[in-house]
Amino acid sequence: MTAKVTVRDVEQVAELAHLELGPEETPAMLRDLNAILDYVAELNELDTTGVAPLAQVSELLLEGSGQGALRADAPQPSLDRAAVMPQAPETDQVFFKVPKVIER
Amino acid sequence: MPSEAKPAESFVEKPKTLAELREGIISGRTKAVDLAAGYYDRIARKNPRLNAYLSLTKERALSQAARVDALAAKGEPLGVLAGIPVGIKDVLVMKGAPATAGSKILEGYRPPYDATVVSRLEAAGAVLLGKLNCDEFAMGSSNENSAYGPVRNPIDTERVPGGSSGGSAAAVAANMAVATLGSDTGGSIRQPASFCGVVGVLPTYGRVSRYGLIAFASSLDRVGPFASNVRDAATMLGVIAGHDSHDATSSEAPVPDYAAESDKPAAGLRIGIPAEYFGEGLDPEVGAGIERGIAALKAAGCTVKPVSLPHTRYAVPTYYLIATAEASANLARFDGVRYGYRSPASENLAAMYRHSRDEGFGAEVKRRILLGTYALSAGYYDAYYLKAQQVRRLLAEEFLRAFAEVDAIVTPTAPTPAFKLGEKTGDPLAMYLADIFTVTASLAGICGITVPCGTTRDGLPVGMQVLARHMNESAAFRVARAVEAAKI
Repeated sequence: MTAKVTVRDVEQVAELAHLELGPEETPAMLRDLNAILDYVAELNELDTTGVAPLAQVSELLLEGSGQGALRADAPQPSLDRAAVMPQAPETDQVFFKVPKVIER
Repeated sequence: MPSEAKPAESFVEKPKTLAELREGIISGRTKAVDLAAGYYDRIARKNPRLNAYLSLTKERALSQAARVDALAAKGEPLGVLAGIPVGIKDVLVMKGAPATAGSKILEGYRPPYDATVVSRLEAAGAVLLGKLNCDEFAMGSSNENSAYGPVRNPIDTERVPGGSSGGSAAAVAANMAVATLGSDTGGSIRQPASFCGVVGVLPTYGRVSRYGLIAFASSLDRVGPFASNVRDAATMLGVIAGHDSHDATSSEAPVPDYAAESDKPAAGLRIGIPAEYFGEGLDPEVGAGIERGIAALKAAGCTVKPVSLPHTRYAVPTYYLIATAEASANLARFDGVRYGYRSPASENLAAMYRHSRDEGFGAEVKRRILLGTYALSAGYYDAYYLKAQQVRRLLAEEFLRAFAEVDAIVTPTAPTPAFKLGEKTGDPLAMYLADIFTVTASLAGICGITVPCGTTRDGLPVGMQVLARHMNESAAFRVARAVEAAKI
């Protein structure tokens, strides 16, 4: 958890996140990420062996309430296409249009 | 003649209470359309300096006001917010109105639907004035991360209003709205309420629908109200709370009459004081304000006892790992395909994603997406994200143990009063530590309120945070009313 992030790591994570970093941004992000990761390493002081992870608090709240954690997975109508498509940068009114996906 | 140099204009102004305004509208003495017009005049005068509103929804507001006036003229029953001018944080969608989330990447977006809280406010008669500035995607503690410029604190315009719901807090403090809605993921309602001297409510996780809230960190995000007094905030929560089939995390628990609950005396309530919130780093004047608040609670008949929350110091690192991991997933949807900004003339799809996100997102958003992606990436998941979720359970359980002994816990909302614009922008970690007292309740899912609790010698507001267990907003409102009544 105390491993230092390298320039290569920052570039790799940026690629995973579909982010482009300019030449002046990468060193700043490298510095900030290392400072933040150093700080969060404080969590290593705590022994959490055997502690179940808590992804969200609904499970604490729902105990004994009789309410299921999840709603029934039933199909429902969604927004009308005619209302949605005008928001897109480029469409043919039926599909979203994007630049080419595969280089020849 | 003023005896000393004063600023040319004070932006601070207390709105009339909901009850006073509603009475005027029911009796016909006040027309909702005139009230709305008066608010738009005030916005026109104050907003150029404060930058609290990003866009106005005048047409919709004035037609709603006219509808309320027509009902009042016929003597028809009116909702609890009949004619009340309300502002909406720009992370909540209103059909056809801009919804930027403080980001360039959503420039030009006009959502095709209303958030559930927006529909509920209007069904209760509220007049929605416009959309309020905030940190980009609600990521920030000072409102300086907005792509549309910072909001200024109405009390001292050289200072930040807090964040991320800075516009929502400033609008109430400057009476540019009677009440507003904000969102709180790690303190984004409570901390700006504290900095601007208004009341802000963090409802229990699941209490208020998030349908139509632009998501930041879904296991933490909540929607809640700001108002100039506790009772009005309670009334607002009563309107927006309740089950919504559009939000799978929304609770089916019945909604109490929070305003009536807030009228009950606080006498007999047991108040816990956690020493962990009163140590190193707490501004002495903030500490002194909170001590006066605690004394007022004793005088009001509350019993006060120490409680222990030993994992508090681990809350900020836990919060930033969980929040950024969830944000990295939630913000993947902003890709220039379906709505919002698309970078022109990219050679292929992957480049279009990258360029759109590079040009659309600000530095803090990128920083958090990178941190979150890193924390979730292969080889680091257990060390960061899983570890943080384990600590999250320890934090939640320690609150539940404390609430077996007390009805409410009181703390400072923030370690300092409002800081200067630019003071912390160069150091992300220093900015994160501004949330040190608010992220705990976010992680535990419990409810809380910020209530004004005196001022510093410079006249900057101090906010007390009142926390209560899940679904016990009523206890928090009663305690906050007692602090408010003491006029500290």
